[in-house]
Amino acid sequence: MSRDPSDSRCDDRYVDTAPYTPGAALRELERKDLDAPNWLLIWRKFRTHRLGLISGAFLLFCYLMLPFVGFVAPYGPNDRDAEHIYSPPQGVKLFHEGDFLGPFIYPMTSEADLETFQWVVKPDYDNPQRLRFFCEGSQYRLAGLIPADTHLVCPPEGATLFLWGSDRLGRDIFSRILFGAQLSLTVGLIGITVSFVLGIFFGSVAGYFGGTIDWVINRAIEILRSLPELPLWLALSAAVPSNWSPVAVFFIISIILGILDWPGLARSVRAKFLSLREEEYVRAAEMMGASSGRVIRRHLLPNFMSHLIASAALSIPAMILGETALSFLGLGLRAPAVSWGVMLNDAQNLANIEIYPWTAIPMLPIIVVVLAFNFLGDGLRDSLDPYQQ
Amino acid sequence: MEILRYALYRFGTMLLTLLLVSVLVFCIINLPPGDFLSNQIAELRATGQEAGVAKAEFLRREYALDKPLWQQYFIWMGLLPGPHGFSGMLQGNFGWSFEFDRPVSEIVGDSLWLTVLVNLAAVLFVYLVALPLGVLAAAKSRTMIDYTAAFIGYLGLATPNFLLALILFYYGHQYLGLPIGGLMAPEYEGEPMSWEKVRSILIHLIVPTFVIGTSGASAMMQRLRANMLDELGKPYVETAVAKGMRPSRMLMKYPLRVAFNPFVADIGNLLPAMVSGSVLVSVVLGLQTIGPVLLQALKSQDMFLSGFVLMFVALLTLIGTMISDVLLVLLDPRIRYESRDT
Repeated sequence: MSRDPSDSRCDDRYVDTAPYTPGAALRELERKDLDAPNWLLIWRKFRTHRLGLISGAFLLFCYLMLPFVGFVAPYGPNDRDAEHIYSPPQGVKLFHEGDFLGPFIYPMTSEADLETFQWVVKPDYDNPQRLRFFCEGSQYRLAGLIPADTHLVCPPEGATLFLWGSDRLGRDIFSRILFGAQLSLTVGLIGITVSFVLGIFFGSVAGYFGGTIDWVINRAIEILRSLPELPLWLALSAAVPSNWSPVAVFFIISIILGILDWPGLARSVRAKFLSLREEEYVRAAEMMGASSGRVIRRHLLPNFMSHLIASAALSIPAMILGETALSFLGLGLRAPAVSWGVMLNDAQNLANIEIYPWTAIPMLPIIVVVLAFNFLGDGLRDSLDPYQQ
Repeated sequence: MEILRYALYRFGTMLLTLLLVSVLVFCIINLPPGDFLSNQIAELRATGQEAGVAKAEFLRREYALDKPLWQQYFIWMGLLPGPHGFSGMLQGNFGWSFEFDRPVSEIVGDSLWLTVLVNLAAVLFVYLVALPLGVLAAAKSRTMIDYTAAFIGYLGLATPNFLLALILFYYGHQYLGLPIGGLMAPEYEGEPMSWEKVRSILIHLIVPTFVIGTSGASAMMQRLRANMLDELGKPYVETAVAKGMRPSRMLMKYPLRVAFNPFVADIGNLLPAMVSGSVLVSVVLGLQTIGPVLLQALKSQDMFLSGFVLMFVALLTLIGTMISDVLLVLLDPRIRYESRDT
């Protein structure tokens, strides 16, 4: 190695002559967004899950619309039209014999056919009638509070607007589906809240304290999980006194749905707690004098709240289906309450569906909503671990 | 014979669980305010039929309904002597159906076997459908086959059982000439077993099996697919392919065997849901299982009848879960003979 005589530090140590830049020593981050908060990372990943995103937006739209269904629905949930029983769906048309008329319908006249004992419905093609918008109709309460009677769209004077047909009492199925959504969709939310509270409470107590409490709770979870849900749901709802008001029945049914759902959740919470309670930050918190409740709520639960939310999105459909099944069998919500299950109660026999297929339409929103919840839950679950590529 | 000891242990825990379940069931059937007999007595009094009242009062004493609740439970179970000595569930006396005025065992009778049959058929269906479809979807992942299977699976999960039942019944009858309603042609009801009767039952089973099994099969299929995909990404699979093994043989021999365990274990989780489904579907399709009996009994507060049916349904699931646990240990030597807590 030759030595440069001009170098003043001639002490045999090698010194790189290249200019020193302090930033070069830092390693390039593998990802640019490592300092972003967790929820932002989850959101960015979730955004790429197209199906989940669409489902989430759809569900958000549905839930936001619930307070305003009275405005959107052309009829009230229990408005009867004795003249148009089992009227088939009416299409809204724009052109009449080539002329643009704006949204209009052909009025329907129905007659009883005394030979077959069926209602025969004939559209009157010569007499198109325009729909009315922002018009006065039956009374309803906006968000259950503010009385109003303005509807987005109303049937023309003297005619009907049964977009999805009418049922055996001449009630509009489309309007009833909208009103039914209020109960059918919130049943799942209330149920999941009950299940969440119970599941997190028992799961965290079992996992955090361990020992005898853990053993007892674990056995209870196992027993409840090994029992078929529906017969127990049936038995519990059969115990609801029949003279209770529809609102009380609704709440008690959602609580019943939640009561049998918590064991699954408690199990996963417990498993997480068992591993997390050994972490150092937990011991640190304990040594600083935090109470057990505080450690559980502030230090442990936030760790997997997102997992819990994803699993909630996956168990809401079970509750919606459960309510539908109970009401369908006549042990859940009862008329005059309107829910999708209650509506399907009318579609119980095959002959009915064969002659009046549109009475089975309420199954469509059920399938769509349940699918949407499944996709949303899957999407959430996939994007929960934002560091995984 | 360690496996035998495990099976015995598992059987013991099952009996204990069943005991706890009986307490739960007893609480549930006593939950509704009032009971069948007091309602009946009140009604008879109101219409002035004193003879009927005497009979109802007699039944009340006969079945110890005038005793405190905890004594009623022990008498019902046969752990305490009732008015006729020990005569409860444990002794094989399932009580009296007040509504039908016959012993419970006479009413449920045949429907017990048919319930077992329907559920067994549904479990078989789940395995037979989910196994090939799950493997196929994993092997051909991200192709049309995979997406079609996923789509059908999701639809199967999302459609309520009873709607599927109605739809399939309609189309099955329309296009395939499948019979509507019931589990056998009416002329075989109450007849002794014969080949024609078996044939009739089998044909009637097609639609219910399909309906009860679909949601279970789609859940199972998705899980098997996920497990298989996990395995397929592992280096040993690559090695096997690199060495020139035929894909189908490779699939069967290695990844499937690993992915198969959760598949068996899952039946324990699946069974409660399937029994639930069978109750609902039986009501809709009018099958002669205990589903309709349960609904009827619950609606009329016929407590011994509904209590027995609930116990039977619980027993069915518990036995199924036990069998799946024992099978799992047989299948996978890595699982030690301890409780399977995760």
